Amino acid sequence: MDVAIVGIGIHPFGRHDGVADVEMGVYAARQALRDAGLDWSDMEFAYGGSLGMTTGGGGASADTMVGHLGLTGLPFVNVSNGCATAGSALAMACSTIESGQFDLGLVVGFDKHARGAFDPDPAVLGLGKWYGDVGMMLTTQFFAMKINRYMHDHGISESTLAKVAAKNFRNGALNPNAWRRKPLSEEEILESPVLNYPLRQYMFCSPDEGGAALVVCRADQASRYTDRPVYVRGVALRTRRFGSFEVMAPWMPIERSAAPTVDASRACYEMAGIGPEDVQVAQIQDSESGAEVMHMAENGFCADGEQERMIQDGETEIGGRLPINTDGGLIANGEPIGASGLRQIHEICLQLRGDAGERQVPGDPRVGYTQVYGAPGVGACTVLTR
Amino acid sequence: MTVAQQVPVAPGLFTWPSDEPQLIGSRCPHCEVMTFPAQHGCPRCTRDDMEEALFARRGTLWTFTTQAFVPKSPPYIRVETAETFVPYAVGYVEFEGQARVEGRIDVADPSTLRIGMEMETVVVPLVDDIVTYAFRPVGEGSE
Repeated sequence: MDVAIVGIGIHPFGRHDGVADVEMGVYAARQALRDAGLDWSDMEFAYGGSLGMTTGGGGASADTMVGHLGLTGLPFVNVSNGCATAGSALAMACSTIESGQFDLGLVVGFDKHARGAFDPDPAVLGLGKWYGDVGMMLTTQFFAMKINRYMHDHGISESTLAKVAAKNFRNGALNPNAWRRKPLSEEEILESPVLNYPLRQYMFCSPDEGGAALVVCRADQASRYTDRPVYVRGVALRTRRFGSFEVMAPWMPIERSAAPTVDASRACYEMAGIGPEDVQVAQIQDSESGAEVMHMAENGFCADGEQERMIQDGETEIGGRLPINTDGGLIANGEPIGASGLRQIHEICLQLRGDAGERQVPGDPRVGYTQVYGAPGVGACTVLTR
Repeated sequence: MTVAQQVPVAPGLFTWPSDEPQLIGSRCPHCEVMTFPAQHGCPRCTRDDMEEALFARRGTLWTFTTQAFVPKSPPYIRVETAETFVPYAVGYVEFEGQARVEGRIDVADPSTLRIGMEMETVVVPLVDDIVTYAFRPVGEGSE
């Protein structure tokens, strides 16, 4: 993989009444272009992610940005691939550069979701209307049922779930672009109401608003734009196989197979020639604290069940052996789907550049990792290095 | 309300009317996989001649959760407020040698649910005259 990230931009995540979704995307794009010392007219192609356009949620398709950034005629592809939208956009941008078609382009994503849990139309996921009628069309139920079974099988405690959320709120408090910036203690989290057993209110992320963008180019041209490129060593996207336990599934077979994140992460490490033991800072999908726990194993950072000790010992804290979700993750940033995976990569770039300020991981990290997962069973990962 | 007035939430999900309702799925004649609901194409071996098949009435609770906040309507069929909403439970029941199926759980006190407990398929009111399948812990009486 010979692709470099030479510019990064982000619009703060959270609630921004009166700011249109596309404006957040444009804000992030302009910041990424400035970071690379480039203009929009320099961009040879763009991939733009947003969920709004496909779900009837009232969101803009990403390519409406060109009306604001400038109608240069560049090829602009709209991307919508569930919670892996941003990962998919980056994967396609990398392929575009690797193929030799273009050398320099923009990856951008934004979304402005309604308040409250996602409430998609069952038809969007190929399900009958009855599935929503009976009250099962909630992503949060899946996360709760997956971690409930996982806790039963692998001995994860409720305290560990609370510790993950407390860490992410604590990290979010150090991140000026985060939505939730008030630290919450493990006790406060355990006192919040159960929303979907065993998960409590402060263990969940919420849909929100934001934008993020990256300028990417051929690795051998990166020095033209920056003296601090971050290289994409691996990027992989996989969908569910027969037997994986996925969000909003009326049934599953008794035979189990690995989750799509497992397949994507293995492919990504192989492409990078870098293993999970080499990763020094990671941003992984924490739709709720149980997801972070399970994704630690799915991404190869530990065996099933080892998370209990690792988290109780603080190994995933900034300053720990493997800092995870140093910017507060989804729990503190919320989830504007089109931007969420790019927010993770933005954070890894800051960490590898040494620009993460109060939340900088010590020891001059060189290898970072990101992972997103979402409906209807898609995972996308990256391995990034200085 | 008599059984005759009750309408299933969707056709083809469960046998109805019936004193002993069963879920209706499909079985692949080649690889034996069972799906719910029924479909033509086999998601495992990719052939397209699955046949309708009934699930056993009893299975074991594989995992579960509760729904403690008011779901948005639509998609939920019941329009509720924080004052009227009664939390409910959902879960997957494993039917031995068949598949795990997701459904509402008909239980008075969700805190009594345990992974591995024996469950049976029942049909319960959803809203107005509409009924749905659900899973009830064996031994728990009808409400």
